[in-house]
Amino acid sequence: MTAPLLEIDNLRVSFPTHTGRVEVVKGLSFTLGRERLGIVGESGSGKSMTGRAILRLVRSPGRQVADRMVFDGIDLQAQSERAMRALRGARISMIMQDPKFSLNPVMTVGAQIAEALRVQERLPHRAVRARVLEMLEAVRIHNPERVARLYPHEVSGGMGQRVMIAMMLIPRPDLLIADEPTSALDVSVQAQVLDLIDELVRENGMGLILISHDLGLVSRYCDRIVVMNAGEVVESCVASELNNATHPYTRGLIAAQPRMEETRDELPVLDRSAWSGT
Amino acid sequence: MGLATEGLNLRRIGGSIRGLGGFAVVTALTFLGLLAVTFFIGRVVPIDPVLAVVGDRATQAQYDAARVAMGLDRPLVVQFFSYVGEVLRGDLGQSITTNRPVAEDLARVFPATLEMATLGILIGVLLGVPTGVWAASHQGSWIDQVIRVFALMGYSVPAFWLGLVGLAVFYAGLGWVAGPGRLDIFYEGLVPTRTGLMLVDSALVGDWQVFFNALDHLALPATILGFFSLAYIARMTRSFMLDQLGQEYITTARVKGVPEWRVIWGHAFKPIRVPLITVIGLSYAGLLEGSVMIETVFSWPGIGNYLTQALLNADMNAVLGATLVIGSVFILINKISDVLYRVLDPRSR
Repeated sequence: MTAPLLEIDNLRVSFPTHTGRVEVVKGLSFTLGRERLGIVGESGSGKSMTGRAILRLVRSPGRQVADRMVFDGIDLQAQSERAMRALRGARISMIMQDPKFSLNPVMTVGAQIAEALRVQERLPHRAVRARVLEMLEAVRIHNPERVARLYPHEVSGGMGQRVMIAMMLIPRPDLLIADEPTSALDVSVQAQVLDLIDELVRENGMGLILISHDLGLVSRYCDRIVVMNAGEVVESCVASELNNATHPYTRGLIAAQPRMEETRDELPVLDRSAWSGT
Repeated sequence: MGLATEGLNLRRIGGSIRGLGGFAVVTALTFLGLLAVTFFIGRVVPIDPVLAVVGDRATQAQYDAARVAMGLDRPLVVQFFSYVGEVLRGDLGQSITTNRPVAEDLARVFPATLEMATLGILIGVLLGVPTGVWAASHQGSWIDQVIRVFALMGYSVPAFWLGLVGLAVFYAGLGWVAGPGRLDIFYEGLVPTRTGLMLVDSALVGDWQVFFNALDHLALPATILGFFSLAYIARMTRSFMLDQLGQEYITTARVKGVPEWRVIWGHAFKPIRVPLITVIGLSYAGLLEGSVMIETVFSWPGIGNYLTQALLNADMNAVLGATLVIGSVFILINKISDVLYRVLDPRSR
């Protein structure tokens, strides 16, 4: 294996409350190559904040610290805000959850995709346009010329998310963070969108961090899995080994998944006394 | 493609014409309602317009003659419709205060208010919007606090007080600006009246001395009006911006590596233009009503002063005329806002 793409050691993200600072990520560590890593956990487990912290986008008054946060040989913590901006989008990008809220309502889809390219590269107008149309085709939009002129409220959720993918991949980043990319979509289009992300990530040899609360989905699309609970990693394993997980939290999550062929009347509830803390 | 676009354009134009027709009907009804309400309120207030004309030492015969001459002996409804008929012919009647046609009076006083209000709203928008955006993008900082206190002052300080203090300090004390009135006596009547706007009229004939004297007189009252609209516009801008800066698409822009100033002006500011237009339009309309306080303190011959005098003298023709003008201003500004909404917000098309 070559040098890792991303190394994170002891990442902590905290927010002030009136009872003192509360840590939402408590000492997260992992190493990522050009592979697909899944981060799973329930709501509030700190998985989304991890994604934002990698981009150094935890907004004040939130605070992030880490012993080590290195991306492709670049110490992310030592970078100026300006240097971080050159990395964001261009080298590390993030697909957001819900295209209804994560696209600017008063800019055309084409303009928003073009902007992602333009902030990173100075290109003539025609070249930008050509790349935007090419990218829209790459995300399986059949009528790119027409779609580029639409506003976000004029496209469906699935199409909005494909626009999002096009926007985040157009500067050809090395690492893509997908923060619950399908949880706002209909089940019928979820697989299409994930297949698309998977295919583009493989084609371009990128690293992927897929953040989700869906164990099954993550084990299908990822090589390795990190399970988070209350800001801590409780389990880290190869995706295919997930069924052999040892931590009671992970075991509890697996047990709570409904199966096609089963006849259980009730799904088991997580027994939180099995592990410390919460 | 060409044909399809043309078809679309034709349909748009068709829609606009229908829209225009609807607008005309709605406007006409609004005016009729406005006139009716003002007219009937004017007739039931316990001030006798006949007495205002003939004076309290007139005989009963003189009084009755004047009453018939003014048409006040007819039923109210008849009076109302004959008034509407006159208005439609462009005749707003005589003012009993100035003894001149109301239309002529309005043509004289409205431009004075228009000039001051326009300068005031320009100050309010050009300073208020950036101030509000700045406060929002530095939320919680000391600068934000200063801006908030300043904006609160604009809410709580009375206009006449600020006017008097302004005159005492900048006119009487420091001598930086000219005093009350629209021009120094020396300059009055030097330039022909075309628009009634001193700045425009003097610029049209190239008389820059008059121009700068008019500007000198405008500076203080317009700044004070501007301060009030600035305070309001800045407060509203700040809260609209805070709302947008908390949205997900702002994070998206930051993820793309967009510089912060472009996140603010290129992303967050765009959607707030629509509510801002409403705020600015209403502020402007409010200023065009004429600030009676400011006009009184600065002896400004504007519509606020005119309307107040007319009310005190039961000069109903003048009151109705001025109300019509103010009503038209509101309707016009609303219509302009409507058009701008459609230009600026793709969701409303």
